[in-house]
Amino acid sequence: MNSFLIIIGVLLVLVTLYYLFRVQILASVLKGSYKKRVGVSNKVNAILFPIFFIVMFGSVFLINGTMSKRYLPESASEHGVITDNLFWITMAVISLVVVITHILLFYFPFKYQYDENRRAAFYPEDHKLEYIWTIIPAIVLSVLVFFGWRTWSDITAKAPENAVSLEIMGKQFAWQVRYPGADGIIGKYNFRKIDNKSNEFGMDLADKANFDDFVPREIHIPKGRPVVFKIRAKDVLHSVFLPHFRQKMDAVPGMPTTFWFVPKYTTSEMKEITGNPEFKYELACTEICGRGHFAMRYILVVDEPEDFEKWQKEQQSWLSLNMDYVDQIPTDLRKFIPNYSTEKIDTKVETVVDTTGSKVDSLSNKISFNN
Amino acid sequence: MSVVDLNKETAVGHDSHGHHDEHEHHELNFIRKYIFSEDHKVIGKQFLITGLLWAVIGGALSMIFRLQLGLPEASLGWLKPILGHWITSDNKLDPEFYLAAVTMHGTIMVFFVLTAGLSGTFSNFLIPLQIGARDMASGFMNMLSYWFFFVSSVIMFFSLFIETGPAGGGWVIYPPLSALPQAIPGSGLGMTLWLVSMALFIISSLLGGINYITTVINLRTKGMTFDRLPLTIWAFFLTAIIGVLSFPVLFAAALLLIFDRSFGTSFYLSDIYIGGQALDHVGGSPILFQHLFWFLGHPEVYIVLLPALGITSEIISTNSRKPIFGYKAMIGSMIGITFLSFIVWAHHMFVTGMNPFLGSIFMFLTLIIAVPSAVKAFNYITTLWKGNIIFTPAMLFSIGLVSVFITGGVTGIILGNAALDIQLHDTYFVVAHFHLVMGSASFFGFMAGVYHWFPKMFGKMLDEKLGYIHFWLTFAGVYLVFFPMHYQGITGFPRRYYSYTAYEMFGGAYQDLAFFISIAAFITFAGQFIFGFNFFYSIFKGRPATLNPWNSNTLEWTTPIHPEHGNWPGEIPTVYRWAYDYSKPGAEEDFIPQHIPLTETLSSNLPHETDALNGIKITPTH
Ligand code: HEM
Ligand SMILES: [Cu+2]
Ligand SMILES: [Cu+2]
Repeated sequence: MNSFLIIIGVLLVLVTLYYLFRVQILASVLKGSYKKRVGVSNKVNAILFPIFFIVMFGSVFLINGTMSKRYLPESASEHGVITDNLFWITMAVISLVVVITHILLFYFPFKYQYDENRRAAFYPEDHKLEYIWTIIPAIVLSVLVFFGWRTWSDITAKAPENAVSLEIMGKQFAWQVRYPGADGIIGKYNFRKIDNKSNEFGMDLADKANFDDFVPREIHIPKGRPVVFKIRAKDVLHSVFLPHFRQKMDAVPGMPTTFWFVPKYTTSEMKEITGNPEFKYELACTEICGRGHFAMRYILVVDEPEDFEKWQKEQQSWLSLNMDYVDQIPTDLRKFIPNYSTEKIDTKVETVVDTTGSKVDSLSNKISFNN
Repeated sequence: MSVVDLNKETAVGHDSHGHHDEHEHHELNFIRKYIFSEDHKVIGKQFLITGLLWAVIGGALSMIFRLQLGLPEASLGWLKPILGHWITSDNKLDPEFYLAAVTMHGTIMVFFVLTAGLSGTFSNFLIPLQIGARDMASGFMNMLSYWFFFVSSVIMFFSLFIETGPAGGGWVIYPPLSALPQAIPGSGLGMTLWLVSMALFIISSLLGGINYITTVINLRTKGMTFDRLPLTIWAFFLTAIIGVLSFPVLFAAALLLIFDRSFGTSFYLSDIYIGGQALDHVGGSPILFQHLFWFLGHPEVYIVLLPALGITSEIISTNSRKPIFGYKAMIGSMIGITFLSFIVWAHHMFVTGMNPFLGSIFMFLTLIIAVPSAVKAFNYITTLWKGNIIFTPAMLFSIGLVSVFITGGVTGIILGNAALDIQLHDTYFVVAHFHLVMGSASFFGFMAGVYHWFPKMFGKMLDEKLGYIHFWLTFAGVYLVFFPMHYQGITGFPRRYYSYTAYEMFGGAYQDLAFFISIAAFITFAGQFIFGFNFFYSIFKGRPATLNPWNSNTLEWTTPIHPEHGNWPGEIPTVYRWAYDYSKPGAEEDFIPQHIPLTETLSSNLPHETDALNGIKITPTH
């Protein structure tokens, strides 16, 4: 019933509008305004341009104030401070260009609206003017692009030697992170070794660098030290976006990518800066990857360097949590498993491992770690 | 030479082919005249109507996802009759359909509306009329061009309704997402149809483009030298060149994708583990696809924009009653843009893992392209200066175009700066940028063109008052919709997100802005129906047009109000001057059409014209 009434209402409005339109045409015909070159409308349109200008730039001016309070807090990475500056400088330049061109663009229609007693100027070209407005933008752009290029080169330069590194992998629809562990080396992987159980990274267990790698639930990085993200994707494209750090890079299956930056503020410092006790650094996906693209949130924590070291020490290696994978490790390499003593394993287990590998469950209970 | 039915002709054109037999009378039947027509004017109108229908569909899709973004809590049960199982049981939009809607919206708007609708309509309609030709070089190819587009349209339209939904990987269809049906259902049949449809689209576009180029080069009437061509024609000509050079690359990209999808090749795929298994593909590169795609993709944005700029040049000059300022500079900058548009594509790929050095190169090249763009904007503004401006709806849309072209274009300077693009890539900042500079600007050019040439197309006038309302509503509308997106972008809002609530940083505080944008979008979209009404009403009941309603200089206004196939009943007019002799000092009227010889305008001839005239006069006496 309701929707019926709505439909009737809409129809009535449309019919009314239609008749208004017809009356308007008749009135114009009677007034003979179709015979004149321009009518009153020309004046109305002419004056609407300056009005539009005032309303448009006025509201932008007003809203800029409120919006700026919502912008991301100051950059939490060192390079971000530079790019933010460059951004706002460029913004100022282009805003100026927009305002000046629009003053002219919206004033001229008003000023030079049709007047039958006047003739337009015959002014087909002016080389001097044209040179000026070719060269000035060219110079301004060159300056901007020069600083942009310097910054870009710095940001994309090779990461310093002492950088903390971690691996992040995008998959539908989550992120996974792996740290190198005590040896400082992220172990090799092979996508064919990925399985449906725990080896989501496809860690190649023939590489002993993998033995101490750990897979935490959130990213921790130390303040003030360069951090390298080694980025990969498991299935389709994803993109690692860290808005607070002004950093972004696609995750590409088959082509590892990377970025690095130096965090400036710890999470708790950021809580103070933003005045938000709940503040968390968030990571988002910015490359369309399917159904859950919008919900690939991940948390990143910036610690004081000491806290970071402590946190790192507390982490248990992936292998220690997934003992059933030990059977994939060549026997001669098992001695490299940290804190893992082969002696403690009774021979019975050893044979199980060697022969089948299918009784992994019973096995994992028996292997022991001395933490 | 065109093979045109000229049986209505009374006189023979200077370049006509002399097979005029008054007795050889073959009236075309309805089908040959209006459906499988070879008349460029009819084909232009076919493109126009199809393009407008697509605009409604593309617009409606955006309404659906603006509903989701602006009113995420709303119950969308009432859309069930239309969207069926894409509305979930709790009356929400399915996230996969959201992506499909975004994808189809982009595809439809970029290719079907702003490429086929805009270029197809006006290149077809105007090239022969403005250069003084009886038809395109090949009317048959031209007809094929439309019908390939038609079939392509039917397939794309059909894909909206299949069970697994249309393509959903974004209009850029990046693999592996677009290659793997396991990854998203839209990459199944929907993607296949997308690829087939686009392949046909490319064929259509090539057939059209080759025809436009040939026609402009070969069929210009006597006196219509390149430096007298109206800027519309220059724009269509260069657009066609861009299209002919870049669309084949998209075709190749699509073909390789088809191979990867269906025949197990690995051009774009490598190291993929999905759906519980490792795929066989190794050695391919998803980045390769992006290079190929954007090799078309960036020129494509100019394919969409240049015709709009050409149309605007013509309309601004005519209605300012002033020559276009810097005619040569306009041509120069268009040629510059054409060339540069081929060597900036990787600015879409700064953060894909491409070599950063390459990024630097593309950053430099990209910022060069801003210079000719700026020159064009300045030239438009100077054309208005000291004009005597008549605000037809077409003129309003043209001024509006210049405005959105500037506001949208300047942010390109930020995005083209690789260091700044790191943060802004794939955020709403990019969405704001290209909807203003490409979406709105080209749409305004499209509308300007329709308002301006409607009298020539249908012999009727559109209602002006409705045109004014349409313009102001749309002009305010696009700013209200797209300007706030800059703020969202600066705050980091990623594109193609179904919802932002999962994040604290994009949290609730911004919902007001999204709501605002959506309401503005609904009103702007609804406003377009004013135009729709005006369009169809005027075709049937509009005021009859006069021969040259805007007092314009170009040749199309020398044809009869209802030109037949062949355009001019008599001889094709000869051209004696450029198209921009408006308000020439000494002339009686404030315009001198191109076909008026210098001998008839002695009082207004410029010194070099007088010289030329004397030169010509002297010759026969020798
Ligand atoms: C002043 C000159 C321009 C410059 C420097 C420029 C620069 C850029 C850059 C760098 C991007 C990539 C941003 C990103 O994805 O992160 C971009 C995106 C885009 N630009 Fe421009 N642009 C300019 C003018 C134009 C024009 C005239 C058009 C259309 C006619 C246009 C249409 C687009 C489109 C459609 C995209 C987005 C494509 C997508 O990612 O889906 N741009 N522009
Ligand atoms: Cu994603
Ligand atoms: Cu581009």
